[in-house]
Amino acid sequence: MYGDRIKKHIFTRRVDQFFRDIYDISKFFRTFFKEAFKRPFHFNELINQCYEVGYRSLPLITLTGFIIGIVFTIQSRPPLENFGASSWLPSLMGIAIIKSLGPLVTSLICAGKVGSGIGAELGSMKVTEQIEAMEVSSIHPFKYLVVNRILATTITIPILSFYCCFIALMGSFINVHFEESSSIITFYQNAFSTITFIDIIESTIKAVTYGFTIGFVGCYNGYNASQGTRGVGRAANLAVVYAMFIIFIEEILIVQIFTWIINS
Amino acid sequence: MDKIKQHFIDKEEQVISISGLYKSFGDLKVLNGIDFTLYKGENVAILGKSGTGKSVLIKIIVGLLRPDRGEVFALGKPVHSLNHKDLDALRLRIGFSFQSSALYDGMNVYQNLAFPLTMNAKHLTKKEVDTAVEKVLDAVNLRNKKKQMPSELSGGQRKRIGIARTLILKPEIMLYDEPTAGLDPITSTEIIQLINEVQQRYNTSSIIITHDLTCARNTSDRTAMLLDGRFAKVGQFDEIFNTEDQHLKEFYNYNFIQ
Ligand SMILES: Nc1ncnc2c1ncn2[C@@H]1O[C@H](COP(=O)(O)OP(=O)(O)OP(=O)(O)O)[C@@H](O)[C@H]1O
Ligand SMILES: [Mg+2]
Repeated sequence: MYGDRIKKHIFTRRVDQFFRDIYDISKFFRTFFKEAFKRPFHFNELINQCYEVGYRSLPLITLTGFIIGIVFTIQSRPPLENFGASSWLPSLMGIAIIKSLGPLVTSLICAGKVGSGIGAELGSMKVTEQIEAMEVSSIHPFKYLVVNRILATTITIPILSFYCCFIALMGSFINVHFEESSSIITFYQNAFSTITFIDIIESTIKAVTYGFTIGFVGCYNGYNASQGTRGVGRAANLAVVYAMFIIFIEEILIVQIFTWIINS
Repeated sequence: MDKIKQHFIDKEEQVISISGLYKSFGDLKVLNGIDFTLYKGENVAILGKSGTGKSVLIKIIVGLLRPDRGEVFALGKPVHSLNHKDLDALRLRIGFSFQSSALYDGMNVYQNLAFPLTMNAKHLTKKEVDTAVEKVLDAVNLRNKKKQMPSELSGGQRKRIGIARTLILKPEIMLYDEPTAGLDPITSTEIIQLINEVQQRYNTSSIIITHDLTCARNTSDRTAMLLDGRFAKVGQFDEIFNTEDQHLKEFYNYNFIQ
């Protein structure tokens, strides 16, 4: 009997919490758009944050992008050769990398590197009262900390994504060059032969969406960190887990939407 | 320590007045009907056990928390019902020294001090900012620490930089949240001196929240005792100290053992 009551209690509390979270998140979302277009704009801080995002993740993206390009090419070669279709390899790689792998790999790396950094940084500012300290000196912490960070990831991650595509194609080219000794120009021509303008748009939209997601989720978790040092670790952790989860859902949705657009 | 205070308290002018203030978090009732007035030029120490809501009270005064019920006027403005813009303007006139110092740990001391100034007064030249920073560093006696990061400072130095950061906006009211907590007696004495110097030099009215009886006695013109969410007693420090009230005695004894 008691157990029943407690269970129900926990259940209603969960549901309660769920709706409260939805409310909080949508409020955070609205506040972001309201504050993003309001003066004052902190351009220096924005550039600073963009630099941080790029600086933190560039080496890892370079390495991962290159390896992914080369590994995918090596492993796709035998099945294509069985069909005598190894000349399609560059264009296959072009599609895979530009449409999907580039944005996805970049944003997963950034979720781990940048998202957790934002979560931890804002989380520790929250629990050590630095955010309140800004508030009492009439500096709007949401505008200064959150808006600039979300904008920074939204701007920088697409750039990183293009960079990642370029590096991955370079990796791919190296394998193709050793196997078939084709020139870099032929390789890129082949790689882009089936890529259309709408594919580039799709790739960009993906990267922008993921960039926004990483900044938003990181900031939301950090900014709402609960008191104590445990809250900081939790914020960083949640920032990564939720960002990755949401990115995969967005990937499916965007792919569906674009397939539908192209077909109609 | 002998304290010779030579400042003028204007009993006519109320800088903070609070009436019928209630605040709870969920089921936890923290403040239960606070009535309080701070006069111009006056230092009031608020004593109370840990967790009685001292920090909550001053956070309500600067509008960081909203009261459930009651009125809070600071410098004549109703804090509980101000819009964002007016609240910003009011906050510039109130200095808030945090219990944890709350220095921005990504910035060095100079940047910490310059930040509130440059964000609020964009027209200032680099030279003017420099001068202002020098001046407050002078006031807190830490001229040679400009380049240090907060993590390289001692607890007492962080407290002082925290106070300097609020002084740079030339506040009319200072709110100190446990300025001497966790400091050794000598450093505490320095902070106490600093609080009194600030009162005289900047002509501020202050609320000093503390567990520390030495600090309360040496900084305050009046002392208030917060107990179970309301002020159990307000008056001169000695008056409060020589009470027969059992609850209050408990608090003092506890303090002496420490
Ligand atoms: N944002 C909050 N949400 C929920 N409860 C809170 C919040 N802030 C404070 N409390 C609760 O209110 C009570 C009073 O807290 P407060 O920080 O004011 O205590 P205090 O008197 O300053 O204690 P200390 O001397 O330890 O600083 C505590 O029980 C605390 O748990
Ligand atoms: Mg406190």
